[in-house]
Amino acid sequence: MIAQNKGKLAVYWAASCGGCEIAILAIDEKILDVSKHFDIVFWPCATDGKVRDVEKMADGSIDVCLFNGGIRTSEQEYMARLLRRKSKVLVAFGSCASEGCIPGLANLSNRKEIFHTVYHETPSTENPKGVEPQHVTDVPEGKLYLPVFYDTLFTLDQVVDVDYYLPGCPPEAERIWDAITAILENKLPPKGAVIGANTTVCDECPRKRTEKKIRKFYRTWEIIPDEETCLLEQGLVCAGVATRAGCGAKCPKVNSPCIGCYGVNDGVVDFGARLMSALASVIDSDAPEEIDRIIREGIPDPAGTFYRFSLAHSLLRRKKKVPDEE
Amino acid sequence: MKRVSIDPITRLEGHGKIDIFLDEQGNVANAYLQIPELRGFERFCVGRPVEEMPNLTSRICGVCPEAHHMAASKALDALFHVDPPDTAKKLRELFYSIFFATDHTTHFYALGGPDFVVGPEAPKAERNILGVVQKVGLEIGGKVIKMRHVGHHLIQMMGGRRVHPNWGLPGGISHGITEEQRKEIEAAGREAIEFAKFSLQLFDKLVLQNSEYVDLVTGDVYVHKTYSMGMVDGNNHVNFYDGMIRVVGPDGSEHAKYHPADYREYIAERVEPWSYLKFPYLKKVGWKGFVDGPESGIYRATPLSRLNAADGMATPLAQKEYQRFYEVLGGKPVHHTLATHWARLIELLFATERWVELASDPKITGRDFRVLPKEKPTEGVGCVEAPRGTLTHHYATDERGLVVKANLIVGTTNNNAPICMSVQRAAQKLIRNGELREGLLNKVEMAFRAYDPCFGCATHSLPGQMPLEVRIRDPLGNLLHRLRQNID
Ligand code: SF4
Ligand code: SF4
Ligand code: SF4
Ligand SMILES: [Fe+2]
Ligand code: NI
Repeated sequence: MIAQNKGKLAVYWAASCGGCEIAILAIDEKILDVSKHFDIVFWPCATDGKVRDVEKMADGSIDVCLFNGGIRTSEQEYMARLLRRKSKVLVAFGSCASEGCIPGLANLSNRKEIFHTVYHETPSTENPKGVEPQHVTDVPEGKLYLPVFYDTLFTLDQVVDVDYYLPGCPPEAERIWDAITAILENKLPPKGAVIGANTTVCDECPRKRTEKKIRKFYRTWEIIPDEETCLLEQGLVCAGVATRAGCGAKCPKVNSPCIGCYGVNDGVVDFGARLMSALASVIDSDAPEEIDRIIREGIPDPAGTFYRFSLAHSLLRRKKKVPDEE
Repeated sequence: MKRVSIDPITRLEGHGKIDIFLDEQGNVANAYLQIPELRGFERFCVGRPVEEMPNLTSRICGVCPEAHHMAASKALDALFHVDPPDTAKKLRELFYSIFFATDHTTHFYALGGPDFVVGPEAPKAERNILGVVQKVGLEIGGKVIKMRHVGHHLIQMMGGRRVHPNWGLPGGISHGITEEQRKEIEAAGREAIEFAKFSLQLFDKLVLQNSEYVDLVTGDVYVHKTYSMGMVDGNNHVNFYDGMIRVVGPDGSEHAKYHPADYREYIAERVEPWSYLKFPYLKKVGWKGFVDGPESGIYRATPLSRLNAADGMATPLAQKEYQRFYEVLGGKPVHHTLATHWARLIELLFATERWVELASDPKITGRDFRVLPKEKPTEGVGCVEAPRGTLTHHYATDERGLVVKANLIVGTTNNNAPICMSVQRAAQKLIRNGELREGLLNKVEMAFRAYDPCFGCATHSLPGQMPLEVRIRDPLGNLLHRLRQNID
């Protein structure tokens, strides 16, 4: 790698589970290489994090910002806008920032429904007075404030302009390192690209494929698949056919179907549509009604199965828009 | 009324906020820990195929996904009325022991330990893993990194992935281990035991041989006489993977011992308008406000309470340490919050011993690690000890196995009320007549950190990194004092 002036790197987490941060730390001793080439100017989880320092920086003075987690509060939106302004290259890091991930399934319901379940319906909740968290609460000693939450979970690019995407929940350490190398060597793809391979998990999967002729899809608890044949050929809904390569087919290697955490390949707009057509093509039938029936019977939760990681960013977007949202 | 607002992470992550109010004399009237985060898993899990729960709920936390993955898998066993074969149970517990050892190592050396190892009064810049390495030597730093690395490697080898495994199923797991892998796991476990022993010696040398620290641990700033909760095996010994839930009172006598499936008879959760996180308490004792004592249903579920709730440890080395723990601290139960760090190391030793015990079992390479459920899915509860407290997952489904109801009581949530009380008490002891004593921020942070809280998991920040702000205003709202770290 070419020795040059040190670049400035920022890492930030919004509505993150912390797994993306763990993934960055898991590049292990290579983190020393990172610090050889970059000054880490902002990384709240691992080093000092002073928002005011970031506010004082000149616009565009951070070379690369890796941003993980979705956007659910005004505060997170503020940070996204701030880091966008201060960064030359803003990377949506991981599935949450890129496409909404599992927490994005919350967009199947709205804030009211979430409150109702969490604070009233759950069986251990004892709430005879029907209390719900409030933006402002009067307590005997004064007032307490809670932030108001958006009704919807947003992906980073629904809030600000994003330069690159790094897929995965979380991205694999090796792929993070590949991306950092690409940045260091100035071998970045065109703006807006996903940094990664453009093949599928199937292409990295060691399982044997012959012909995929399925009459029925099984739930994972209905069969014990053998460890060598393609899981999809055995009737399990393996999302590897529609999922971008990069993990080395980690889940099929422990005999579990891929759940699609690496998202779609270039040129595919909608993960669900892509997976659905891949599944249809392995069904042993030409009759559309039969194909439809086999999919319907085998996949009782199409929204959660086809948009497990991409609901927030998908064409479905959300169940309904709520007008009173902040 | 004066307000002191200790604002951890408000600007930075928005995951926690502490408000302390002073009365007219400038003494603490009340303190509130607010959690401004909610993601709604209990709602959006509804409608999903129940077999997805181990994978969906692991996204609650990327620091302890294994705990959610495991609790969910056990809930699936119950819900499908299927008993996993012995090999499956052993593999799950082995995996879980490796996870516990790795997580406790991280906490002691990177998160909570630095307060002790480099000292609570040490400058913030040194109260981190680098400061620890500087104090104890590079060789030890290397050991810590290696321990974590090996732990993650084995977790990935067994569960498929280092973060967010894809492995648990009703009736077992998706994949077993080979004899070669078993040997590797066993060898790593033997080194892990040495590492755990070494960590306890280190704690002994640095903390227990230092009267200043001992005074801090046993002093009255960090005491709360609450109930203690923890999972126990058939001998009332600590277990992380399976068993009954035992609760002992502030005096150590047994309050309850129940099967996880009966949790609703024993635990209730209260809603306060000023926090998104609910406050669990013992239902049979009742909610009496943020107070301790036998009349108040507030309980703790931490490494310390697990030791209190049990009669001993199931492995020989950990049992010796357990006895010594109570000898040194004056008998059972112990209520000194900071002793949680020591308890965590005893659990680390137990986890590594259990790891080797299970990995040396030749049957663990068996191919019978999974059975298919034969009955229709209905309803089930799964419980494990997460590093940060008893974790309960409860789902009910329709006939097709789609979730109709999900309830989660997460490790840290158990400790929501006690953390509030610990913060309040530390503030009460350190703020007198409107005067902030030196070290308040460090010491309030220590009260908080002993629990290793995991609110949406973003509070797993490093010591000294948590942005804290204290503001004291006069009754007209004029700012009198401001103390801050990591904000400006
Ligand atoms: S992408 Fe996955 S690992 Fe990263 S923050 Fe989201 S849930 Fe966590
Ligand atoms: S469908 Fe799944 S199991 Fe089959 S080859 Fe692709 S990734 Fe492997
Ligand atoms: S196999 Fe699929 S779900 Fe598993 S890590 Fe790879 S992309 Fe993610
Ligand atoms: Fe809950
Ligand atoms: Ni956690």
